[in-house]
Amino acid sequence: MSIWEYANPKKFMQTSGWLLPWVTGLALVCLIGGLFWGFFLTPDDYKQGSTVKIIYIHVPAAILGTSVWFMMLVTSLIWLIRRHHVSALAAKAAAPIGLTFTLIGLVTGAIWGQPMWGTWWAWDPRLTAFLILGLFYLGYIALWAAVDDPDTAADLTSVLCIVGSVFAFLSRYAVLFWNQGLHQGASLSLDAQENVSDVYAWPLWTCIAGFLLLFVTLVLLRTRTEVRARRMAALLARERRLA
Amino acid sequence: MRALFLRDLTLAVRAGGGFGLGLAFFLLVAVLVPLGVGPDAATLGRIAPGVLWVGALLACLLSLDRLFALDFEDGSLDLLATAPLPLEGVVMAKALAHWVVTGLPLVLAAPVLGVVLNLAPGGYLWLVVSLLVGTPALSVIGAFGAALTVGLKRGGLLMSLLVLPMYVPTLIFGAEVVRRGAGGLDFGGALVFLGAITLGALALLPFAAAAAIRVNLR
Amino acid sequence: MIPDLGKYAGAVMGAYGASIALLALLVLVSLWQAARMKRALDEVEARAKAPVAEEAAPDKGASDV
Repeated sequence: MSIWEYANPKKFMQTSGWLLPWVTGLALVCLIGGLFWGFFLTPDDYKQGSTVKIIYIHVPAAILGTSVWFMMLVTSLIWLIRRHHVSALAAKAAAPIGLTFTLIGLVTGAIWGQPMWGTWWAWDPRLTAFLILGLFYLGYIALWAAVDDPDTAADLTSVLCIVGSVFAFLSRYAVLFWNQGLHQGASLSLDAQENVSDVYAWPLWTCIAGFLLLFVTLVLLRTRTEVRARRMAALLARERRLA
Repeated sequence: MRALFLRDLTLAVRAGGGFGLGLAFFLLVAVLVPLGVGPDAATLGRIAPGVLWVGALLACLLSLDRLFALDFEDGSLDLLATAPLPLEGVVMAKALAHWVVTGLPLVLAAPVLGVVLNLAPGGYLWLVVSLLVGTPALSVIGAFGAALTVGLKRGGLLMSLLVLPMYVPTLIFGAEVVRRGAGGLDFGGALVFLGAITLGALALLPFAAAAAIRVNLR
Repeated sequence: MIPDLGKYAGAVMGAYGASIALLALLVLVSLWQAARMKRALDEVEARAKAPVAEEAAPDKGASDV
């Protein structure tokens, strides 16, 4: 029982078919439950007031935004090495999800920043790195859309994902370097490393789980669509040949 | 490889080759920014490193889509791919030609434009040094972007979308070197990172670009 | 029902609202694309099966299925 069995499109469709309702249910429970818990049942922060409630969306979106790119990197490598179409299609399916999460991270970061820093946008290293990641997502999606032949598109986008990962990583450190002198101590560093007290941490982890499960749900759904699209293209090509 | 390099150089310099286009664009940027931002000398001096670097970036982009596209269209890229010279070598030779035709003139023109933008006196040397170290990265990263989009009609805009985010680290460190050099601060770290990025890109991207070309030639 | 968000009410509601809207957009588009693709594929598959069933009798082995 190896994971490579799911590289077979038919097996993937079968398994994802029965898995999808369960993951969807779990995602809804965690996401709605977590957000409800955080929004209604947690106190305000003495420093940030009620804006601390934005953490329940901002942090999970930010974490997932980066993680999705990493997943795309892994699936791209699998495509290049083992030529499993499901892997390439999963990367293609994941990109818009990652872009949306990154966008949410940016928007919530900016909105959070407004009352805290008095400005709608601040070139905080973290926000800036996210902006750049968003641009990488856009380029990746655009390249898939521009190339006609699916296998060529899969190859080119995989190479782009790999090279892009290196540059995204470099940009993260370049941006930290770039912004060293500014906004010290004012950054929105409320990730798990800082001492977020338990009353916030529990609903936060629930929301992170919710976002993660939402990603799994959507990527399964979207990959199924891509697999169907590929099958349809094959059938149409055969139709044209036999006509 | 030398023959290919010289051929690309000659093609670029001849009429219709686009030589000087990048330089002209660089000049335009240096003229338009003060017009847009206002003539206040202090402001211009502060933003000069960044403006010059962004101008260099955009000027490099201009000539990138001809890097492989022309050869792709007339079939020479197929010939180059099957020639004894490895495709990675082809990429290097073309990127080098691009740099000589686009990057190097920028390095030479930059100090003049620095005057126009009121660059602080201490910054001129570091402007030239940072561009010298950084522009080869721009050429080779650009070659990778061009290789990805070579088969596409109107791939130029998409190529810019792909390449510009990859230019960000070079831009940040390059501009930092100039800014810190101009301000008398320590720029060593920035210069080291800039150089490292260039060397890394030169070492690894030809392979990625060659892979992309092979995919597109299938 | 909504807790007293004080002076940050706009920011917090705005953040939640924008995020939920973006997520809803993503989910709805994904669902719509999935449904459309399934419908289209079912159509093509039905077409692929029907003529083959007709040909199987009179023309056995002539076309690769």
